[in-house]
Amino acid sequence: MRYARPETPAEASRLLAAEPGLARVMAGGTDLLVQLKSGLVEPDLIVDIKHLPGAAMITREAGGFRIGAAVPNQALGEDRDLVAAWPGVVEAASLIGSTQVQGRATIAGNLCNASPAGDSVPALVAAGAVARVTGPNGERDVPVQQIPTGPGKTSLARGEFITSILLPARPARAADAYLRFIPRTEMDIAVCSAAVNLELDGKGVVARARVALGAVAATVLEVDVSAALVGTRLDDAALDKLAKAASAAAKPISDKRGTVEFRTHVVGVLARRAARIAYERAAR
Amino acid sequence: MALDQPRKFKYVGTRPARPDGIDKVTGRAQYGNDITAPGMLWAKVLRSPHAHARILSIDTSAAEALPGVRAIVTGADFPPIEGDAGMRDVQLNCMATTHVWYEGHAVAAVAATSQAIANKAARLIKVEYEILPHVTDVDAAMAPGAPVVREGQTMENVPAGMSANVTYHSEFGHGDLAAGFARADKIIERNFRTAATHQGYIEPQACLASMTADGRGELWTCTQGHFYFRTACAAILGIEASALRVTASEIGGGFGGKTQVWAEPVALALSKKAGKPVKLTMTRDEVFRGTGPTVTTSITCKIGMTKDGRITAGEATLRYSGGAFHTGTCDMGAMAAFASYDLDAVRTYGWNVLTNRPKEISYRAPGAPQAIYAVESTIDELCQLLNLDPLDVRIKNAAKAGTKSSYGVVFEEMGLLAALKAAKAHPHWNSPVPEGASRGVACGFWFNFGGNTCVSLNIGTDGTVAVSEGNPDIGGSRASISLMAAEELGVPYEKVRTVIADTGTLGYNDNTDGSRVTFAVGLATIRAAQEAKKDMMRRAAAIWGIDAEAVEWVDGAAVPAGPNAGKFPPMTLAEIAAQSFQTGGPIAGHCDFQADGAGVSFGVHIADVAVDQETGKTKVLRYTVFQDAGKAVHPDYVEGQMQGGAVQGIGMALNEEYIYSDKGVILNPGFLDYRIPVASDMPMIETVILEIPNPGHPYGVRGVGETPIVPPLATLTNAISRGIGKRLYELPMSPPRVLKAIKGH
Ligand SMILES: Cc1cc2nc3c(=O)[nH]c(=O)nc-3n(C[C@H](O)[C@H](O)[C@H](O)COP(=O)(O)OP(=O)(O)OC[C@H]3O[C@@H](n4cnc5c(N)ncnc54)[C@H](O)[C@@H]3O)c2cc1C
Repeated sequence: MRYARPETPAEASRLLAAEPGLARVMAGGTDLLVQLKSGLVEPDLIVDIKHLPGAAMITREAGGFRIGAAVPNQALGEDRDLVAAWPGVVEAASLIGSTQVQGRATIAGNLCNASPAGDSVPALVAAGAVARVTGPNGERDVPVQQIPTGPGKTSLARGEFITSILLPARPARAADAYLRFIPRTEMDIAVCSAAVNLELDGKGVVARARVALGAVAATVLEVDVSAALVGTRLDDAALDKLAKAASAAAKPISDKRGTVEFRTHVVGVLARRAARIAYERAAR
Repeated sequence: MALDQPRKFKYVGTRPARPDGIDKVTGRAQYGNDITAPGMLWAKVLRSPHAHARILSIDTSAAEALPGVRAIVTGADFPPIEGDAGMRDVQLNCMATTHVWYEGHAVAAVAATSQAIANKAARLIKVEYEILPHVTDVDAAMAPGAPVVREGQTMENVPAGMSANVTYHSEFGHGDLAAGFARADKIIERNFRTAATHQGYIEPQACLASMTADGRGELWTCTQGHFYFRTACAAILGIEASALRVTASEIGGGFGGKTQVWAEPVALALSKKAGKPVKLTMTRDEVFRGTGPTVTTSITCKIGMTKDGRITAGEATLRYSGGAFHTGTCDMGAMAAFASYDLDAVRTYGWNVLTNRPKEISYRAPGAPQAIYAVESTIDELCQLLNLDPLDVRIKNAAKAGTKSSYGVVFEEMGLLAALKAAKAHPHWNSPVPEGASRGVACGFWFNFGGNTCVSLNIGTDGTVAVSEGNPDIGGSRASISLMAAEELGVPYEKVRTVIADTGTLGYNDNTDGSRVTFAVGLATIRAAQEAKKDMMRRAAAIWGIDAEAVEWVDGAAVPAGPNAGKFPPMTLAEIAAQSFQTGGPIAGHCDFQADGAGVSFGVHIADVAVDQETGKTKVLRYTVFQDAGKAVHPDYVEGQMQGGAVQGIGMALNEEYIYSDKGVILNPGFLDYRIPVASDMPMIETVILEIPNPGHPYGVRGVGETPIVPPLATLTNAISRGIGKRLYELPMSPPRVLKAIKGH
């Protein structure tokens, strides 16, 4: 096994593309190293992207935030503007692991690990985040929901990797929220989860709404909830419709973490609770 | 020896720093995996992927050809033990021969010059299996026509015509059941099920084994009992016990799970073959698949009660499976089930059933949490049906000194009633149940144990004291033993150092289990100190030129006993020690005995919980433990035992379980999906220590370590069932199961 620490995205891409064996990008390594230790993957080449220029920085861009692929989640919570604009994305990222893990784990790694239960992914999808991908043919921007294609699988081509993720600018009276269900309080994996992103008009009426669900399908599921929420003040009837829509959209499996019935029901409960939190935040 | 009045202690009952504390917080403590030796090899065990299969062939040629591989062993390398079926089972569990009986069963092992080579070599070993039908569920295994786990294991006391998986039957109790049930106003019979749970110690099994060409060996290992490990390893390898010296490392948790060998005989066999020291450390995955969890059980409990809450009769059938091996754990459950109550008519039946699961090993009060969960749940349901206060009913029926227990013995002084009354008077019980929450209460019991014990106590010429004992310290026992030596000798705690000696230096000591160490090793230490004191008084008498009988020991010094003995200033331990070379040589005390009179242990727990009615998730809001500790030698560690045991029991109640695929493969062999509680799941566990002296110990000490894991299973069941308005009969009460009950399907 070889370890490389390229200085430029182009060099990283070249290394990845040229490797005849198995190559893996490493950001925080909090998934990769665990998989290595347990014998799940045995890469021939590890390409560490933590030292690429800008990889560890959050930069302001067109009113939004460009988050480098090596920014640890801990740093997201320390950026006050980011917390104010995207509280749901930040709370999702902050749920990942322990203090030690927070100092390493990244949202790009969470996305590319492509677990249907990854915590930051539903929040990124509901936020309309866009990933910047570098590869042998240069750069392209891809909506985050198009990155994971199934458990452990991504749409990234050979030699491609994510250099940053853009969270767009926020209008006034907008907020998001994320909730996951775990049997414990921390150090656990989502049995199901829901992210809700709301924009309100001046009168507190929902103008735009995006909802994404985690761990109820092979990839994060975006649910069209406009009919349920837009035009309402999120009264109980609207919330009931939202919960129903979320449960109806869910296509979970039964496994050691939960049954189909459980996930289907609870994902609706979470969507309703997250919507209430997002609404309160947006109305503040 | 009954104590007329509470004794005044100087050191016992204080809370000094533990002797192993600094090393542990600075990372210098030597755990099993920290021990290395020059020229050491690394080992890897190959395990069965099948729940039940016949081994047709094992081809090690490709692995042997791998550069760096130094030795490979299979079942053929272990001489079959004859005449001791229990030890033969241990041997077969360490390394399979003709059959594998559970997924994770060891079939071969490799030693190589690096861990990576050993891992790779293990994968190159080709095992040909003939897959056989398997069964992992205890009720399914008892059903006629169930796949047979192992033929020919059934003992004589099992009635003919049952499934061959039923190997053992026992019965306990007294009185006329029919008459008892006839007196009841209400009788209910309920079925309960509990999942297998793991001790969840943080340190995996790890050892370093070194066999030399002359057939002698050294073993450094993480164990709860190095003397038993020596016995077992010697038997499994076919060598004499004295040829092997075993040294116990510091231990990162055991809870009963490190009272059996898995890695050690394999590492020794590899070392013998390779002629080099061999290190074998299990991975977490292997710990879950390969070492022992608890039994998995199915229990039927029937209890009759009068309108005013008197239990008229109790009956329970306990079907326990400890995997593919015989275990006596169903006896423990059957004996413990009704121990908290003074009953005229009681009967319990234990059944041991084989399943294709790993071999069970002790976990804190083995067998009792499950049995008592069934009894305490049934009693609580009767209290609800008859509209009775659950604590008053328990007070009304509580066993006390003089009660003939459900398992035969007549109890001596004990603390159940005191614990119940303390609970009733406590602010927790008397506070209103918080909005949206519910409250549960339950009792628990454990026998406690004394056993084989050997301690040496040496007085240094500088007046310090060295205690050598043979029980690995899993809960602060070195501090407690030092405190008892200090108390008996009248020297400060800081002057005493207690070490865990290896098997070459002391006589046999039973495992650190049965809540026995503070009681039995403490008692032996006191006796050894008394012997040393006697010697020191003799020497003082000789120096003074008076009779040895005319000297007594007061506050750490020899003094003339009364005015007639002569007028001499007190001669301290340090002064006597300093002159020891002139008065006959080294001063020491020794005790080897079989400790008796451990004294039974009871506890009462109260929990407030809030159940999220939309998700079925339980939050424990408040939890209080009441327990009789006899005399709490080091109250911090008594509280620690009460808190730790309660949390482990709460884990069993809420989320912990072995989950199997339909192929009999464990699906959750790691801490992500085997959910022990994390710190933030728990409120601060409040503790109330009661001190009802144990008549069997000069300081009144009784064991405390196991009882606290017993009550939480029913305490939480009773709280949750009351909270959701539906009774739950199966553990764990994981959110999907609770939500299903709430939604009523
Ligand atoms: C103790 C512990 C607790 C955890 N708890 C949680 C939790 O609560 N919720 C949760 O969702 N996850 C959890 N995780 C998993 C993990 O921490 C997260 O998925 C984390 O976000 C991964 O980020 P990373 O930077 O460490 O990824 P890495 O391990 O570096 O990479 C993960 C995968 O993505 C690929 N990759 C990484 N970066 C890129 C990139 N820029 N472009 C292309 N591919 C890339 C890697 O090749 C690898 O396959 C936990 C892990 C641990 C060890």
